[in-house]
Amino acid sequence: MKKLFSKPESLTDTDHKYCPGCGHGIVHRLVAEVIDELGIREKTIGIAPVGCAVFAYDYWNFDVTEASHGRPPAVATGIKRFLPDRVVFTYQGDGDLAAIGMAETIHAANRGENITVIFINNAIYGMTTGQMAPTSLLGMKTTTSPFGRDPKLAGYPIRVGELLSTLEGTTFLARCAVDSAKHVLDAKKAIKKAFEVQLAGKGYSMVEILSQCPPNWKKSVPESLEYVRKEMMSYFPLGVIKDKTKA
Amino acid sequence: MTTKRLMKGNEALGEGAIQAGCGAYFGYPITPQNELTEYMSRRMLEENRVFIQSESELAAINMVFGASVAGARAMTSSSSPGVSLKQEGLSYMAGCELPGLVVNVQRGGPGLGNISGSQADYFQAVKGGGHGDYHLIVLTPGSVQELYEMPALAFSLSEKYRTPAMILTDGILAQMQEPMEAVKIDTTRDENRDWILDGCKGRAPRKIRSLLMEEGALEAHNRHLQDKYNLIKTQEQRYQLINEQAEIMLVAYGISARVCYTAIQEANKKGAKLGLLRPLTVWPFPEKILQELALKVKAFLVVELNAGQMVEDVKLAVNGKTPVHFYGRAGGACVTPGEILKEIEKI
Repeated sequence: MKKLFSKPESLTDTDHKYCPGCGHGIVHRLVAEVIDELGIREKTIGIAPVGCAVFAYDYWNFDVTEASHGRPPAVATGIKRFLPDRVVFTYQGDGDLAAIGMAETIHAANRGENITVIFINNAIYGMTTGQMAPTSLLGMKTTTSPFGRDPKLAGYPIRVGELLSTLEGTTFLARCAVDSAKHVLDAKKAIKKAFEVQLAGKGYSMVEILSQCPPNWKKSVPESLEYVRKEMMSYFPLGVIKDKTKA
Repeated sequence: MTTKRLMKGNEALGEGAIQAGCGAYFGYPITPQNELTEYMSRRMLEENRVFIQSESELAAINMVFGASVAGARAMTSSSSPGVSLKQEGLSYMAGCELPGLVVNVQRGGPGLGNISGSQADYFQAVKGGGHGDYHLIVLTPGSVQELYEMPALAFSLSEKYRTPAMILTDGILAQMQEPMEAVKIDTTRDENRDWILDGCKGRAPRKIRSLLMEEGALEAHNRHLQDKYNLIKTQEQRYQLINEQAEIMLVAYGISARVCYTAIQEANKKGAKLGLLRPLTVWPFPEKILQELALKVKAFLVVELNAGQMVEDVKLAVNGKTPVHFYGRAGGACVTPGEILKEIEKI
């Protein structure tokens, strides 16, 4: 009988610890499917962040290392420069990538490191149960912005893709979401493209994925998906932000 | 036969690391170690190896983390304020059991301090430095020759025990020019490489982690680390002993040992009986020899370029059996042979 659907080889059988409605599980699978399809599982080294995805090394069936909070781009740089023929990617949340690790993010991008960054933007610190993130929207209530994010106190949500697009070192930057089947498929295409950029030696690629965090947003799953569509997408527009391979 | 050449401490250390097979170097500018980063920026590229001037000390130590994960002999160097920034990364490397080399060319502190040579980071180097229960292997060269030779030993011990190593030197030795001999460096590497991440072709995937959340797992990991540290303590205490029959034994490492050496030579010519114990490792601390000496000598004088740090370890080893005196100057000032001899007169 023809096999139509199966678990990617790049995923283990370990049960995810993610909350109901979380986007991480979907993105883990997309990364795994892309790695399988490109036939690169045996030469891929992933870097798990500090944050909700800290246990990613249990879920992926290839070599994975941890990194301290915010430092995955520096760790990826060390690995990739020493083993340039391997595929190296980081998987990071918004606090990791855009707050504590912003310097590493910008400089790895600026050096044009030939790595891929998968960036989960759910506008909140999930693992630590709901503090304000650098990408929390204005007015968003979190445990550390109980009256809503006020730009006078906390500045503005950072559009990471647009910020990185000004750097000559970046090659492919896209923003996707996992709120609907169509967007999941688009996200997979972008992730695949990002890895292909790396495989072709064309430099730094980053895919930002708008994700939902129902428990910390204090919303039901359907409400969370609506929030992604209405609020997040209007501030963080979806699409390819930069593609130097087309120039 | 190799010929002698004149070399600056920082550059000798860099060349020694290259000869020892350093595959990746990451550094950030800070005085008084800049010549080392500059030397590596040229020589590592000549050797077709990895060099990056990182955006910060944090990035540098985490690039070392990455290169070490990938199997490189990886190193970074800095001076005191920059080494403080590397402590988080060192704790992670200790937790993940990754080898690697950090050089601290110490300068005066605390804070931005000054750029004069100092030994004020002793506590940070030997007591852990970052968070959690761990130790670095800490080597203390005393000459430009040893700055050249010690990276090989540091890499080798670091790989043997899978734990980061530090070369703890200072701004005076690193800036000093001395004749040195480019002796052949042993580049033998530990055969056991079954932990590196280089892609899971032909084997099961590997994970490198220090996060252990299962009941009891972190305690078991800590027990394993402590067993390893105890093994290092029994196997790797290194030192140089001058005048074993001395009545008064000076204890000093690095540049202060150089000054002590001058002092004891001058005094012994006039009939004094002074000796010098120079630790080559300050972690593990050479406590066995100190315990033996405590039964023979009348007193110890510990000399440091700080307000009194290593003296605590000497006192712990001597355990009250013999008086332990201290003389030191802090804030980037250096002791002189005359000052040391005056201290000895007081004993």
